[in-house]
Amino acid sequence: MKEITELNLPENLKYSDSHEWAGVEGDVVTIGIDDYAQDQLGEVVFVEVPEVGATFSKGDQFGTVESVKAVSEIYTPVSGEVVAVNESLADAPELVNNSPYENGWIMKVKANDLSALASELKNLKDKAAYLEMLKG
Amino acid sequence: MEDQNSCRGGFKNCLNAQQTAASGLIFKERFLWEKSREGRCAISIPTQDVEESPLDASFIGDAPELPQLSELDVVRHYTRLSQWNFGVDSGMYPLGSCTMKYNPKTNEVQAAAPGFATAHPLLDEDLSQGALEMIYNLEQYLAEITGMDAVTLQPAAGAHGELAGMLAIHAYHAKKGHQRKKIIIPDTAHGTNPASATLCGYESINIHSGEDGILTPESVAAVMDEETAGIMITNPNTLGLFEENIKEIAKIVHAKGGLVYGDGANMNAIMGIVKPGELGIDVIHLNLHKTFSTPHGGGGPGSGPIAVVKALEPFLPVPRVKKISSASEQLSSKDECNLNTTASKYTLVYDKPDSMGRLLTFHGHFGIMLRAYSYILSMGAEGLTNVSKLAVLNANYIKESLKDYFHLPYNRPCMHECVFTDKFQSENGVTTLDMAKRIMDYGFHPPTVYFPLVVHGAIMIEPTETESKETIDQFIDALKSVAQEAKENPAILKAAPHLPKLSRLDEVSAARKPVLRG
Repeated sequence: MKEITELNLPENLKYSDSHEWAGVEGDVVTIGIDDYAQDQLGEVVFVEVPEVGATFSKGDQFGTVESVKAVSEIYTPVSGEVVAVNESLADAPELVNNSPYENGWIMKVKANDLSALASELKNLKDKAAYLEMLKG
Repeated sequence: MEDQNSCRGGFKNCLNAQQTAASGLIFKERFLWEKSREGRCAISIPTQDVEESPLDASFIGDAPELPQLSELDVVRHYTRLSQWNFGVDSGMYPLGSCTMKYNPKTNEVQAAAPGFATAHPLLDEDLSQGALEMIYNLEQYLAEITGMDAVTLQPAAGAHGELAGMLAIHAYHAKKGHQRKKIIIPDTAHGTNPASATLCGYESINIHSGEDGILTPESVAAVMDEETAGIMITNPNTLGLFEENIKEIAKIVHAKGGLVYGDGANMNAIMGIVKPGELGIDVIHLNLHKTFSTPHGGGGPGSGPIAVVKALEPFLPVPRVKKISSASEQLSSKDECNLNTTASKYTLVYDKPDSMGRLLTFHGHFGIMLRAYSYILSMGAEGLTNVSKLAVLNANYIKESLKDYFHLPYNRPCMHECVFTDKFQSENGVTTLDMAKRIMDYGFHPPTVYFPLVVHGAIMIEPTETESKETIDQFIDALKSVAQEAKENPAILKAAPHLPKLSRLDEVSAARKPVLRG
């Protein structure tokens, strides 16, 4: 397992306490699980993604990630409507391990209220704060 | 004579003195399909003694594809497969009653008695008196053991029992005229609990146990309200600890009109010592295939009776077995077959308007009930109490013996199971999984790993009451030896197991790209 100093945590993303990441482009937010989560889970063997069109509030469970060790629920860090899910995870769940921030993204949601999105993002952690939390 | 612990010169699997396993001849075995030869057959079909008559073509399909084998082919095939297996009959299995404890063979003998084993479930009541009496008596014994008022044996296994219990709670609130929305489930409860609650339409409210692994009354009081149907609590909990605030928690839940569901999967620790009914629990399920020593190999069948307080009895599934005492005029004292003057009659009662209905066909998993009945009768009250005392003593002995070698997250007396972690070993890159695999080389089944989920890298050991001190000492020595290897030779753990027929399996490929057809 990785040491905390070995974790890959891009500066441009936001992180939740339950180890999801959020990448913002306008009103669309791409969501996945971060390097710490994929490393803790171990080899991911299945990702249950939501349906396009589903709506979630921040903190809702939107899917599950199954590894050889455990099945973990994943929670959305922001509210919105699902506009895309990563179809390639069905055949290649290992993308979550190998490329958590690029090819291993899980869903994209479109926020319907930009000011609400802004305050939700504000409640997420940046790299420094997230690292601080992991160090305990 | 060769010392049994000596290393057989030059072999690569040179064994450590603590290892109870040795190398041996392991047969390879092909799939039955590969052994199949056209025309080979293990049975002689009787000579046809009726005239052939034509069959409508629409009824005729392709013959089923079956491997063609001789009797000896089949016998060797399954005998060889069984030799690859490891079970509680071949060595210590520290998953304990959590999975399945040792099943005394007398239970099998009783269950195979032709009067029971060949009875048809559709026989009339008059011809099923023995079966109904057994069901009735077993319900009474379980009511006595749990301190509850009524028992149903119908649920097929533990999770089904949980569902039955939750349906009873749901029916209770419905009858009172106000259905509730939520149910409290602590993080030390069993993982199936939220599923059972969700099936009844309840939202699970997850609460955390305190720092010492025990649920606090304050955390329950903080969430319990009049929209909450009750709490689902596992006692002893999944950390193997006794929920010592249970009475106070029950009082808090009852004060708001809620009910307390007890998950009895860990009953093996408290039989004869504590009655759940006296702790304020309103409904509890039992796993006959855990605590009461019945087998459930290959995933079934189990048996998951529930025991309830008086207020929940009307909601139990039908039919109920009712005993009509001998005073009844229906029984003739002149009946010559009736040798026992106090004989009673047993009948099935369907007319229970508030019942949740039927949960399983016929009488439930009758063969499993028989084994539990045999177990209870052969152990007796004192025996069952000793089961729990010894199960708890054995687990504490292991905990104390190993706590300097493995990190103990909750350093306090445990019940029938103790939980360690891989914290000490992780410094050398050795994980719980590596140690679980390595323990197989010592001739033991691995313990439960990565459960309970609230403990990181958990190793949960449940020896049960049946293992002797000598065997437990061997197991302890083996684990100490594994801890030593983790320091000195982590590589041997990373590649373990070395002695079983198959070494470390590629679980990742198996899960990602399963081959589901031969």
